[in-house]
Amino acid sequence: MSEELHDVRLVVNGTTHHTQVPARRLLSDALRHDLALTGTHVGCEHGVCGACTVLVDGKPMRSCLIFAVSAIDTEITTVEGLTEPDGSLGPVQQAFAECHGLQCGFCTPGFLTTITAGLAENPCPTHDEARDMIAGNLCRCTGYQNIVKAVERAAVLIEERTS
Amino acid sequence: MKPAPFAYRRPDTLQQALADLAGEPDAKVLAGGQSLVPLLSMRLAAPALLVDINGLPGLAEIVVTDAGVRVGALARHADVLSSSEARRVQPLLAMALQHVAHATIRNRGTTVGSIVHADAAAEMPVVLTLLGGSVDVESTAGPRTIPAEELFLGPLESSLRPDEIALSAYFPALPEGAGVAFDEIARRHGDYALCGVAALVRLEGDRVVEARAGYVSVNELPTVLDLTADLAGVVDEASLAASAETAVAQLEPDGDIHATPEYRAQLVRVLTSRVLRAAYEDACERNAR
Repeated sequence: MSEELHDVRLVVNGTTHHTQVPARRLLSDALRHDLALTGTHVGCEHGVCGACTVLVDGKPMRSCLIFAVSAIDTEITTVEGLTEPDGSLGPVQQAFAECHGLQCGFCTPGFLTTITAGLAENPCPTHDEARDMIAGNLCRCTGYQNIVKAVERAAVLIEERTS
Repeated sequence: MKPAPFAYRRPDTLQQALADLAGEPDAKVLAGGQSLVPLLSMRLAAPALLVDINGLPGLAEIVVTDAGVRVGALARHADVLSSSEARRVQPLLAMALQHVAHATIRNRGTTVGSIVHADAAAEMPVVLTLLGGSVDVESTAGPRTIPAEELFLGPLESSLRPDEIALSAYFPALPEGAGVAFDEIARRHGDYALCGVAALVRLEGDRVVEARAGYVSVNELPTVLDLTADLAGVVDEASLAASAETAVAQLEPDGDIHATPEYRAQLVRVLTSRVLRAAYEDACERNAR
């Protein structure tokens, strides 16, 4: 017996996608395999590492802990959606580049989405708040110092770009 | 790390959801999924049917009255944490919720789901038990209310029947003259606690007439101890230390890969006296207002 497929409509980075997936398809896999949006990375696949974090209606969530069939009626933003309309780097991405906030880059998409939402909620974080903002994401290269710097730099860049 | 196949329903009405559950004995309810999806992915659970309640209307509400806080089944931890009304009526909710996983998990995970998941390492089952709350459930046979003390049967085992949906959890308001506190110790911020303590201390005048503490991650079930006898005289270093020894003796903490029984006993000792003191000070502060 072949597995039942469900029609799902996913709104990702402002574009509506129609696809058919089995109910057990994780949102992370639907984004990567079905929609070919491979910017979202899959690390631990049980909610610990944070690499797969995407924004669901603007709030960071683990895409490996949501089924694609359950994500209908939401607006999803992946790391691909964080660039400026002209294709240049968004402020958090720019800050990571300037502060060397990444080495291998595997965890970076999860950090970028988490920090984007974090700064939307708290545009001027203190140093401690910047650290707390990324407490749910693991990075095995950087030691986090430059990521915290990137959070603080991104706050400045967002301020500059919006003023 | 992929779930086994399952059938999936996303009903629009509670009646349909209850009928779906009644029609398949091997079914699970999906709300936030922050505990269920990892269990499915690791294939520790492989139900035949998932009934996704995220499409049901009216379940995301948090209703606050002076008597207590009723949290609907689709209210996310983050919603409850940010409710200033809920915080006013029962401050222990926000004190404990900020320790529930990470903000990212709290954005999706539901408070009611965390309670009926019945993990003794989770904060909210202990908070519900300490406060003497309850859970309202419903099946095609009708609704019923399960008091917290009858809810938890074993590790990840609640007294909900497979055909029942938990619709809300009710947390009674902070009683007159009472204070509360919560603290826990985890290896890393946001991890499961090695030991967590929630406490409620109630004063009449200067005298402690009620002192209870609930324990996260110490035994197989959320456990609440009555420590009033130790604190009924004066609250000082000696009486707090006595209450901590009472707790250690009564709990006989479990050991596991994360902590030996002796280390966990030491955490119980330290946190019991620390959190009871904080709850006592909270009560004094509220009574002074």
